[in-house]
Amino acid sequence: MQALVIDDSRAMRLIIRRILETEGFEVSEAGDGQEALNLLASQPKPDLALIDWNMPVLDGLEFVSAVRKDPDARQITLMMVTTENEADQIVRALAAGAHEYLIKPFTPDALLEKLDVLGMRTA
Amino acid sequence: MPIATVDFDYISNFVRQRAAIVLEPGKEYLIESRLAPLAREQGLSDLSALVARMRAGDERLHSAVVEAMTTNETLFFRDQAPFRAMSEEILPALAERRLLKRIRIWSAACSSGQEPYSIAMTCADFVDAHPGWGFEILATDISEEMLARTAAARYSQLEINRGLPATHLVRHFKRAGTGWQAEDRLRAMVTVQALNLARPFPDLPTQDVVFLRNVLIYFDVATRRAILEQVSRVLAPDGYLFLGSAETTTFISESFERDTTGSAACYRPRQGGQK
Repeated sequence: MQALVIDDSRAMRLIIRRILETEGFEVSEAGDGQEALNLLASQPKPDLALIDWNMPVLDGLEFVSAVRKDPDARQITLMMVTTENEADQIVRALAAGAHEYLIKPFTPDALLEKLDVLGMRTA
Repeated sequence: MPIATVDFDYISNFVRQRAAIVLEPGKEYLIESRLAPLAREQGLSDLSALVARMRAGDERLHSAVVEAMTTNETLFFRDQAPFRAMSEEILPALAERRLLKRIRIWSAACSSGQEPYSIAMTCADFVDAHPGWGFEILATDISEEMLARTAAARYSQLEINRGLPATHLVRHFKRAGTGWQAEDRLRAMVTVQALNLARPFPDLPTQDVVFLRNVLIYFDVATRRAILEQVSRVLAPDGYLFLGSAETTTFISESFERDTTGSAACYRPRQGGQK
């Protein structure tokens, strides 16, 4: 399976990449929502996208909304991975089309358990 | 510092007597990881100092050691399959047979409450689709500290991240300080009670479903057998028993048979009773 990690923090992208790679994911990265949309337009669609909320250029919520409007990207499972932790923010993300929501900070186990919730645990 | 053999022997004998938990050689890491924080908390230099105070008869420390050795990591909807089976198969099946519209479920080693509240969320979803049903969820544990946590139903952000789908979080929890608390609707379903599985059970109402997961592994075979025989007397004749994914009644109890018809492995009372 393929995953796209979208976060403006290089360190956070690396942390998530390492966890996903232990599960056998092939991981690509983008530093903001627009860069991620450009990747989606030019490469095969990933199975899973992990999306920070606050990013320059195009934020995570805008990215989710854009992906949900694209019929060709409908199969991508979208998980927000963010420090935003208020109930109404989680509701907004789910309403925009996110499938899951993981709040930073998180443990590697917590990310893997979210993959279980999504039925995307491969290893 | 690794635990000395004499201290390991003392602690393993102590927890075997107090909680019927078996710690064979090779489990030194478990004692070190569970009791080193307790030793620090008590201002003791190492595990030898902790054992010395235990030998002196410090009853509060004895209780704290039992708490530390029996408190287990847990998460919401652990293993998922039992909860899926509950909503898709077991609750609909019970609903056809329970004319009084009440269902009792026992979480028999509830730890900090993630299991009973996962059950409660499953039941709440069932009630939304089938109004008029009532659920009584009994949450028991040997640890008073864990029972207090279960009753409070408050969870840190890190705990909430573990296994709880975001849809369930926003539907069943509210913010409480920096963490979250289960809504009153869930808390009203859950009753907590102290219970040591290794001792004779107090009088309990007949249960329709028992969750006894990831706890038998800590006991020796004789204690497992005694626990399962007691559970068989509490479980309704048409009830359901869930064990942990690495646990089984096979070769331990003749009172149950594995039910392989559903999507999750569970056990049913053997019809005609014990053979």
